[in-house]
Amino acid sequence: MVIGVLALQGGFAAHAKLLRALGAEVREVRTPADLLGIDGLVLPGGESTTMSLGIEREGLAEPLRELVERGTPVLGTCAGLIMLDSRHLGLMDTVAERNAFGRQLHSFEADVDLPEIGTFHAVFIRAPWIAEHGPAVEILAEVDGHPVAARQGPMLVVSFHPELTGDTRLHEAFVRQVRAVAGAA
Amino acid sequence: MRDEATFRVKAGLAEMLKGGVIMDVVDAEQAKIAEDAGAAAVMALERVPADIRRDGGVARMSDPLMIKGIQEAVTIPVMAKARIGHFAEAQVLEALEVDYIDESEVLTPADEAHHIDKWAFRIPFVCGATNLGEALRRIGEGAAMIRSKGEAGTGDIVEAVRHLRSITGEIRRLGTLDEAELFVAAKNLQSPYDVVREVAREGKLPVPLFCAGGIATPADASLVMQLGAESVFVGSGIFKSDDPATRARAIVEATTHFADAERVAKASEGLGKAMESLEARKLTEDQVLATRGW
Repeated sequence: MVIGVLALQGGFAAHAKLLRALGAEVREVRTPADLLGIDGLVLPGGESTTMSLGIEREGLAEPLRELVERGTPVLGTCAGLIMLDSRHLGLMDTVAERNAFGRQLHSFEADVDLPEIGTFHAVFIRAPWIAEHGPAVEILAEVDGHPVAARQGPMLVVSFHPELTGDTRLHEAFVRQVRAVAGAA
Repeated sequence: MRDEATFRVKAGLAEMLKGGVIMDVVDAEQAKIAEDAGAAAVMALERVPADIRRDGGVARMSDPLMIKGIQEAVTIPVMAKARIGHFAEAQVLEALEVDYIDESEVLTPADEAHHIDKWAFRIPFVCGATNLGEALRRIGEGAAMIRSKGEAGTGDIVEAVRHLRSITGEIRRLGTLDEAELFVAAKNLQSPYDVVREVAREGKLPVPLFCAGGIATPADASLVMQLGAESVFVGSGIFKSDDPATRARAIVEATTHFADAERVAKASEGLGKAMESLEARKLTEDQVLATRGW
């Protein structure tokens, strides 16, 4: 079982370290060739404009779409949530609002309640929220009435950074999902 | 319950800038070019280091109007520089809500003994360092990101390499010391013991380590990334070159693919002339910026 972590720019190293600690084999993904044979994919936080340009430069958009259409589990955090929305890769029926909570001065930590996990201490860095979403999208958590976690098919997105707190529960759930899907195939 | 301005939130933004390029820009137009080329952040300043060298005189914080113009032009993080020890400039930058403050040796120092107490601020700080002791003192003062200083405005990578190798080499040496020796190391490094012990245990700084000062080409970016930098700052290297947009894109690409020589080769093709350069070792003592800060 191999989990890819998109490594064009951003907080990919922290995700990779956490996933390795949970026993997963991890591959950094920079080109379409890196996507071959992966069972799950993490789209990390970082600068969404940088990442968007990188996806375009590398020709990653189409291979990423095919991956999701095959049912490969995807975890998107922060910029990853933005990458998956209808204005970027168009894989989720969502519209993300970038820097929705404001500039860095308004970055914050807060507890959120996640289904099946419970209270989760979350770090929001210049974070987005989901401004609009269609019926296929299940909203999992909100802050100030704005969706900050959601699921659609094999894709789970959060606007915060579970890779920065040392709480492994969200990644554990993701690894379990990847194992289940890879085992069923 | 919401906690703002925690150290985790401050260093967290630096985490999100990893694997990227932070570009010096002097106006909204350059900021837009940088963003469109894939910059992870921009550093707003009135004059790039090469021009500060040429003009001489006291270099200060930029005009707030110019910083605001850049904040309005782009959606990526905007950093700005304050003079070493000039906490009032830092307060102004905090009031402007810049995303990161660089307490920078590129500007003329305002205090020859004290750096800014960075714990007193809600905005995160990046500081330069030439060696591990300097890096750990800045972290002790509250810096949430360290950049090796290099020699800004020269286009000569040699000092960046020296500082980066010094920091990473000293970190590796710390890892070989026993508990008793770590107390002596902390004394010799003139750094807080707790931070020294954490670095020895983890084999890395407790905050991201970026590289600045002299990066002019895609291969320069690849070099410092392979030497352990987690991102690169490019000052004069982009907008003092012949074709800034193309060079900016090329340095972004080389930073992502730093370990892939074929990609760095491709990124290096046909970029036109690099910035006018200065050999760092031929600078006179009063021209060296890296020795500012203590």
